[in-house]
Amino acid sequence: MDTSDLKARLLEVAQRDFPLTPRPYKTLADRLGVAEDAVITAFREMTLDDELISRIGAVYRTGTVGASCLAALAVPENSLEKTAEFVGTFPEVNHNYRRDHPHWTLWFVVTAPDTAGRDAVLDRVEAETGLPLLRLPMVEAYHLDLGFPLR
Amino acid sequence: MSTPCLLDATDRALIEATQAGLPLVPDPYGAIAADLGLAAEDVRARMSRMQAAGVIRRIGVVPNHYRLGYRANGMTVWDVDDARVMALGEAVGALPFVSHCYLRPRFPEVWPYNLFAMVHGHDRAEAEAQAAEIRALLGEACRAGEILYSTKILKKTGLRLGRAPAAGQGG
Repeated sequence: MDTSDLKARLLEVAQRDFPLTPRPYKTLADRLGVAEDAVITAFREMTLDDELISRIGAVYRTGTVGASCLAALAVPENSLEKTAEFVGTFPEVNHNYRRDHPHWTLWFVVTAPDTAGRDAVLDRVEAETGLPLLRLPMVEAYHLDLGFPLR
Repeated sequence: MSTPCLLDATDRALIEATQAGLPLVPDPYGAIAADLGLAAEDVRARMSRMQAAGVIRRIGVVPNHYRLGYRANGMTVWDVDDARVMALGEAVGALPFVSHCYLRPRFPEVWPYNLFAMVHGHDRAEAEAQAAEIRALLGEACRAGEILYSTKILKKTGLRLGRAPAAGQGG
């Protein structure tokens, strides 16, 4: 199996059921009939060089720990950069996207240890920008996030 | 809603230590255990327990959709009849091209949409075909919808270490 085949196979088989064994990369390697080093090297390249994967790890159920909230700010085009930068300075903000909507242009997720901490950040963003803020906390999650078909 | 699951301080420390990713060394659980002052078997047992309880949805590769060629990542939002949204949300969340699907509050006058589903296409035409499929599935229960594409990622960090543990991107 060449490197690109190995990467493709790993993306396919390792999206779920990454082994909880003492040497998980070896478990995967044995399953695919390759060496443990080859698997670790392929993952390292995919993570660091190709950026094909953002990480290998556990995906936790939303809302298991901490309190988070999706929020949208109605930012005028001419102050978008500045406002995005301000929002990004909060360590509690872990996603910050510009989205092409006529009104709600800046979207971000605030996560804090508890709802009081989360709401304090949202309050500060609202007060300090003086802009309309939408608070869209998750009410129910329907997806299972069992991996994504890579075709 | 999710079933509550009791997590102790060690579980929380473990979540913090693993959510940014497992190290690429032969014994990644052992490396995490060493950082936390635990035994490797304890780390694996706790992760296995959290997986069984549904706290961990899956352990595996988290793909970078954009780099894998999915250039059109759209947040589709829908105004769905409250009486039918639970059943329809399950159906939308089960579509193979939907990575996340959530019910969120709506705000009359400013935000009419209560159902959110993230779709991923190689280009906008593909994302729009996916949105059309969702629209068809929702049928008469859906009054309106939109796709909001992310046009710029201004900050996307993993959940940081050294702070209180955080949840996924669900918000």
